[in-house]
Amino acid sequence: MMGRTTFLGSATFLKSAAFGLVMSTGLLLGQTGAEAAAKTAITVGMAIEPAGLDPTIAAPVAIGQVTWQNIFEGLTTIDKDGKVKPQLAESWQISPDGLTYTFKLRQGVKYHNGVAFDSSVAKYSIDRARGADSVNPQKRYFASIDTVETPDASTLVLKLKQPAGSLLYWLGWPSSTIVEPKSAADNKTTPVGTGPFKFVSWSKGSKVDLARNADYWNKSISLKLDTAAFRFISDPQAQAAALKAGDVDAFPEFGAPELIKSFEGDKRLTTVIGNTELKVVAGMNNTRKPFSDKKVRQALMMAVDRATVVEGAWSGFGTPIGSHYTPNDRGYKDLTGVYPYDAAKAKALLAEAGFPNGFTFTIKAPQMAYAQRTSQVLQAMFAEIGVTMNIETTEFPAKWVADVLKAADYDMTIVAHAEPMDIDIYSRDPYYFNYKNPAFNDVLKKVEMTSDAAGQEKLYGEAQTILSNDVPALFLFVMPKLGVWDGKVKGLWENEPIPSNVLTDVHWEE
Amino acid sequence: MRKALRRPVFLIGLAITLALFAVALVAIVWTPFPPTKMNIVQKLKAPLDFGLLGTDQFGRDVASMLMVGAWNSLSTSILAVLLGASIGTATGVIVAMRRGWLELVVMRGCDIVFAVPPILSAMMLGAFIGSGRFTAIIAIGVFMVPVFARLSLGAALQIWTRDYVTAAVSMGRPKAKITLVHVLPNISNQIIVQVTIQLGLAILTEAGLSFLGLGMPPPTPTWGRMLADAQTFLGQAPWLALMPGLAIALAVLGLNMLGDGLRDLLDPRDNS
Repeated sequence: MMGRTTFLGSATFLKSAAFGLVMSTGLLLGQTGAEAAAKTAITVGMAIEPAGLDPTIAAPVAIGQVTWQNIFEGLTTIDKDGKVKPQLAESWQISPDGLTYTFKLRQGVKYHNGVAFDSSVAKYSIDRARGADSVNPQKRYFASIDTVETPDASTLVLKLKQPAGSLLYWLGWPSSTIVEPKSAADNKTTPVGTGPFKFVSWSKGSKVDLARNADYWNKSISLKLDTAAFRFISDPQAQAAALKAGDVDAFPEFGAPELIKSFEGDKRLTTVIGNTELKVVAGMNNTRKPFSDKKVRQALMMAVDRATVVEGAWSGFGTPIGSHYTPNDRGYKDLTGVYPYDAAKAKALLAEAGFPNGFTFTIKAPQMAYAQRTSQVLQAMFAEIGVTMNIETTEFPAKWVADVLKAADYDMTIVAHAEPMDIDIYSRDPYYFNYKNPAFNDVLKKVEMTSDAAGQEKLYGEAQTILSNDVPALFLFVMPKLGVWDGKVKGLWENEPIPSNVLTDVHWEE
Repeated sequence: MRKALRRPVFLIGLAITLALFAVALVAIVWTPFPPTKMNIVQKLKAPLDFGLLGTDQFGRDVASMLMVGAWNSLSTSILAVLLGASIGTATGVIVAMRRGWLELVVMRGCDIVFAVPPILSAMMLGAFIGSGRFTAIIAIGVFMVPVFARLSLGAALQIWTRDYVTAAVSMGRPKAKITLVHVLPNISNQIIVQVTIQLGLAILTEAGLSFLGLGMPPPTPTWGRMLADAQTFLGQAPWLALMPGLAIALAVLGLNMLGDGLRDLLDPRDNS
């Protein structure tokens, strides 16, 4: 669902064996072919290997980062600027009351296994995602849908129980992609979609291979790649080595900011620093003392110098945030000034709340580098105002999900929330923050009742302001997207409005 | 004494070990900088650029962290080895006294404990009681028990065959008293040598545990975690890995040399 996990093990032996093979064939055939034409294959590195390849049944973002837009497509899609665009739905009409969505579906679209896409497939897929026994990770996004109707093969009608202003955006998510009935059960291991790339093979622990879909429906896109591979390398040092050796052509989410400098001398590689949706926030248990006192939470926020946190934890890469919202998101307000760093004021506020001598608590921090380092910086900052924070490393995801997310048995925790536009998590009940503010919930309800973008953005601004005042979590920074790739590779997304590795436009410069 | 002076292995080992203890003891009362004080402006400074050994990614003084790390590492290791040595030796001499089925049970028990690496038992313990100094001491200590149990059993059994022990038995002395008066003093040399060698091993294991995040929690500096944190900075700040690495290597080398030296020195067969 969020955060980054590292798993040990990479197929170093396989890699070197394959490398040897490539080298020897290269020597036998000479190097004429490679130089003459632009390359049509790419190897993209990823830190985390997903456990399955079906984004509609499991939450890890790594699934979408392999499959979304490459294998699977949705009724709508989200482009590199975070905007909603039509995809399998050519166009749509929304009734004035916002309760009926009529989609005109694209015709002539075929799945990789030959099955034709039509309204019955779309209905099946949406019903599968919202059904009683659905395990869709974003099932609540379909909660507003009352009925799905299919008047004819190219028309899909969604009738809603209440207006859902973000529905079109949600339908663009990896978890909303349209799958067909015959292959749905096996998508976990052999995904079948309508996208520009077909699934070829998955060598567990090493890589996923894709090949161009020659029958891709969208003829306005000319695919330049014949094959693409996602290779999984968890260790940052190994990631850097693979990039330098050319084993991997691109690492869109390079793992260690402190190693970015080591690419500076390399003329072949370029470093592209973009935005992500990864909001690093230190959530507090809002019903547990002393965090139930708003003044305590505000005091802790003022004890934090966000710029120093970014410098210490992530080598200065990253953007401070004042709420659970990123500069990527529409309607963003810079609220870092609401409770800016001021240790003296923080101390005074803490005394006002009844803790002139501070207090002691424990942070449950996952093992990932960003979480551990940020915790250590926070620990030093809290010590300045007399607050003692013990760090308890909590293994992510299993133990963290059980103790913090499910049981909410914690004082403070820290994690990077990866989902875009997920400010609504503060209105969920139950959710691990235990934050309950009816005024905030009202604002978010209004967002769904509003269908015009400007009105929504204004409401999102209100929601951000409430959070920045209430401080249910310490809002720290947005992680950068540290992209490192061969300078000749073009078309990769610089920013990440939604976790993804869209290969549609990727090509090698000649 | 003169014998000791002629043994360079012993002398070097002793010197390193004494230096290690001295640094650890000084760290309790004084370090050049507060070891947990962050100063991010001064981060990743090279040795002599800031302090004696430079700073880490948070701008903390590496020399101060190493000093406190020495104390943490030594105190944990000593407690763990003492725990293992006392339980292990007690078990060994009691088994040597009783023999029979007890010997079988205890020795097979030792085999089982031997089969579980200390890292693994520390992980299991950590899952139950949380990681920290206590977990590390127990995990390493438990691993030491069979080492001392076997050693003391073997040594004690030899003592039990000696004529003066047989004489004591035939005079009706209680076995427990014989163990205390004759057996323990006669195997103490071997135990002391083993304690020294195991201490080196304990330091290495403790570093391993902290490296994996199973040692003392931050901000307490430990050699193992310093090493773990230094990994991704290897390119731009190699001293961050080099310094704790050297510290661990030197400590283990020193203790092993001292152990070897002591063994030669205390060997009654050596008359040269």
